[in-house]
Amino acid sequence: MHPTGLPAAAPTGTTRQPSKRRIPASQPGMTDPHQLFDDTSSAQSRGYGAPRAPSGLGYPAASASPQATFLADPMSNMAMAYGSSLAAQGKELVDKNIDRFFPVTKLKYYFAVDTVYVGKKLGLLIFPYLHQDWEVQYQQDTPVAPRFDINAPDLYIPAMAFITYVLVAGLALGTQDRFSPDLLGLQASSALAWLTLEVLAILLSLYLVTINTDLTTIDLVAFLGYKYVGMIGGILMGLLFGKIGYYLVLGWCCMSIFVFMIRTLRLKILAEAAAEGVPVRGARNQLRMYLTMAVAATQPLLMYWLTFHLVQ
Amino acid sequence: MAFTLYSLLQAALLCVNAIAVLHEERFLKNIGWGTDQGIGGFGEEPGIKSQLMNLVRSVRTVMRVPLIIVNSVVIVLLLLFG
Repeated sequence: MHPTGLPAAAPTGTTRQPSKRRIPASQPGMTDPHQLFDDTSSAQSRGYGAPRAPSGLGYPAASASPQATFLADPMSNMAMAYGSSLAAQGKELVDKNIDRFFPVTKLKYYFAVDTVYVGKKLGLLIFPYLHQDWEVQYQQDTPVAPRFDINAPDLYIPAMAFITYVLVAGLALGTQDRFSPDLLGLQASSALAWLTLEVLAILLSLYLVTINTDLTTIDLVAFLGYKYVGMIGGILMGLLFGKIGYYLVLGWCCMSIFVFMIRTLRLKILAEAAAEGVPVRGARNQLRMYLTMAVAATQPLLMYWLTFHLVQ
Repeated sequence: MAFTLYSLLQAALLCVNAIAVLHEERFLKNIGWGTDQGIGGFGEEPGIKSQLMNLVRSVRTVMRVPLIIVNSVVIVLLLLFG
């Protein structure tokens, strides 16, 4: 993964009008925001061209003659050309079909992050109380990449946090002499199973209450994966300072995740009028509010459930 | 703490089987969850009950054939490997 960052002078907050929801975010002085990753291919090929030349000089006589006779044969020339075109066709076919089942291009959007974004997002996860504007910036109806907007969901932090959680769980079990390698797999499987169950339950309840949101499944996985950050903090504090430290840090992270989820999901699930802060009466909006509260309330519960057996 | 992905798969298979064995005439109609009851007009807000009925009916329709295959495979594997 290349978290290649733009120069730090990326103006993310300059041209934002808080009254409208979807505006094209014009950011002068930045590369094309549709481009998710910086193109470093030219630098790479230049870098590799130089070391290749000296090593090629070492074997001039040995490789020249068989290569020359090999390439001079027109049949093998044609065979090589045919083989390369076949390979290109096959690659195209595989790319097209795999995109149907496994949205790779959409996944790339969620990993277009850089260090500044990750730092700010981690800070937001631990202390979401001062952040004012929670709306995602849009650019011509497509969400801006997470690199340019701190409110956009990403999959890098949840994926990294999940793996770190499994490793820290192994560490915690090791300090209590309870470690064995298959327990790592058990922890990972258990956390994944809870995540899958959560996603299915939320999708089911969104379907039953007929809420039309633009909350995709991957978005949901990203939001539900943010709680692993708090879990890691809790376990580490528990390792250093015992149960008191564990409960303190876990309590703080639970509150933060609760507030974070409510503020993020409120914009996605509730109707536009209610999201502005004006309480709208009506059974449907009440149901949506209950759903948001329920989703946010399960996060602290799961955070406790998945970590309490690791700290003693 | 043994809540693994495998047990989740088992639970999902059992739940889908449970939905598939609900008999249309003998049971669902008697509790008012038949597919021809309560479809409602073409208005807004289908309501939770009709959404549930739709869900049950679509699960039964879609998963009938795959369930046969998956159940056979699982039965054979469980018989062989316990």
